[in-house]
Amino acid sequence: MNGLLLSVQGAISQGVLWGILVLGVYITFRILDVADLTVDGSFATGACVCGALIVNGGWNPVLATLVAVLAGALAGALTGVLHAIFEIPAILAGILSQLALYSINLRIMGSKPNIPMPNSESIFTWLVKITGWKQSMVSLLVGVVIAVIVILILYWFFGTEIGATLRATGNNEDMVRALGVSTKQAKILGLTISNALVGLSGALVCQSQKYADVSAGIGAIVIGLAAIVIGEILLGMLRSFGGKLISVIIGSVVYFIIRALVLRMGMNANDMKLISAVIVILALSVPVLWEKWKIRHAYSEGGIR
Amino acid sequence: MKINKYLAFALTMAMTAGMAACGSNAASGSNSESDEGKPASVSKSSESELSGSDKVYKIGVLQYMPHDALDAANEGFFRALDDLGIKYDKDDQNAGGEQSACQTIAETLVNDGKDLIFAIATPAAQAVAGVTSDIPVVVTAVTDPADAGLVASNDAPGGNVTGTSDLTPVAEQIALVKKINPDAKKVGFLYCSAEANSEFQIGLAKEACKKEGLEYDDYSISNTNEIQTVVESAVGKVDVLYSPTDNMVANAMSTVSMVANENKIPVIVGEQGMCDNGGLITYGINYSELGYKAGQMAAKILTGESKPADMPIEYLSEEQCKLQINEETEAALGLDLSALKN
Repeated sequence: MNGLLLSVQGAISQGVLWGILVLGVYITFRILDVADLTVDGSFATGACVCGALIVNGGWNPVLATLVAVLAGALAGALTGVLHAIFEIPAILAGILSQLALYSINLRIMGSKPNIPMPNSESIFTWLVKITGWKQSMVSLLVGVVIAVIVILILYWFFGTEIGATLRATGNNEDMVRALGVSTKQAKILGLTISNALVGLSGALVCQSQKYADVSAGIGAIVIGLAAIVIGEILLGMLRSFGGKLISVIIGSVVYFIIRALVLRMGMNANDMKLISAVIVILALSVPVLWEKWKIRHAYSEGGIR
Repeated sequence: MKINKYLAFALTMAMTAGMAACGSNAASGSNSESDEGKPASVSKSSESELSGSDKVYKIGVLQYMPHDALDAANEGFFRALDDLGIKYDKDDQNAGGEQSACQTIAETLVNDGKDLIFAIATPAAQAVAGVTSDIPVVVTAVTDPADAGLVASNDAPGGNVTGTSDLTPVAEQIALVKKINPDAKKVGFLYCSAEANSEFQIGLAKEACKKEGLEYDDYSISNTNEIQTVVESAVGKVDVLYSPTDNMVANAMSTVSMVANENKIPVIVGEQGMCDNGGLITYGINYSELGYKAGQMAAKILTGESKPADMPIEYLSEEQCKLQINEETEAALGLDLSALKN
């Protein structure tokens, strides 16, 4: 039983740290209505920048984390420019960025695919020293604090005029343009903010796992989408914007708990990707089919009796 | 808008397929820089006078990824050539862990008409062996060359490929379980299910466990992001974790040891680098020695003393493997292994 508790605790702390990535994916996928595949690359960029600065540069972990956020933002801006200015379709723009980032990430790490940081200082080791708790507890605490701060900032931002423009762009792009507002800027900004969060998540995960790896981001987008749809299924009744942001984090935590339990039950880890894909496909397709069914059954032969 | 997305997707798929198909033509720009950017290093002739010839041999190197163990093998190989007085012009290439880059580099080296190609790790060896059947190829850090399809058999290669195997003394490593914890009943195998090398070693480990009367359980991973969750899922179920020379686990060793140490689970690992990064103990291959042995074989091939076809795959002897203990981990687990260290 002790082991089960540990699995769940570890999953919750990972879920919260990855939850910050999921917030980023939420901005593009649900608010901007763009599927952004940059995430797989920018998550690794956050991890690589953070790891390289701490280990090779001897930087302060907090500063390294901030630089990782900037690096993620740059990656997002690149996709934004490709998509909005050069009019490359969003999915392709994301894939191109992701491809380019792989090489850039290797360069950042000094051509090494992996930087182990077993004895490096990090935000987490500081707190472990101060509190004497286990690493997973500290990860959870840091994750929750940062997630709360990020949610508050996002809540404020999407209430401002620019933020509202972003939400409107996702809702009805033609209408926003008709009002004389540039949707290009809105899209670039949205992708930049989204990937800044993804970079932050990458930096935090890399510090909690004590290594940075160029393949760290593989599958990140699917984790993000799965977490979003799980959050929506569980907390769909939360209609307010703040509630939606909170349900994103909860969805991420639940995803990681499911993953931990499934692995604990002895399932082959190779099947996890398939399960994630099936979860996302079901969650995205069921509402569509339901709508179609409702429309079809709204008519009856011979009109209303 | 919708149609655009589908178009983009289809286009992407087509592009990906295209890239996979002609990977040798695309993205080869990045590999040429070491040819022109750096002057080729020509070794200084060493003091020994074993080979009288002044011929400078063109040697191509394809290393699968930057990795402590593979770097050591690379260094050992050229140390052997230096010791034997072979002069060479080295073209040292690294594929950064990418299959498609392996292919590109292998083709480049073969087209350059090298006298010999040295390939480090299985994917690199397979790429080179697939491109040439006449240039001699010396491989190292390949667990089972016959299984990897590089040679007809390990005793009689029969082609242009030979080298040294890093088959770790798996049985001896599993024998450590009882020495660390005499009451141990169950071993958890931690490895990446997509690495052929690891699958092979885990097969041997299962045999060894049966002999020792130990139970075992698979904890396989498919992605670096899963490692922490998988190790946590083993807590409370196993007494000891065993990981073979697995690249993915080696890269995530800090995470593995963090979780394992907090939960007082000893981790027995396949090689020294993994031990340095937090694994408790290994009885393992010295990759520098392994590369050195490959270098000695290469020298024989270059001087025409023998041909790859009739040079059996070589292994490190029992004495060349050594026991290594990570003392920080030992302290963290509250163990005392001084009895093992003599």
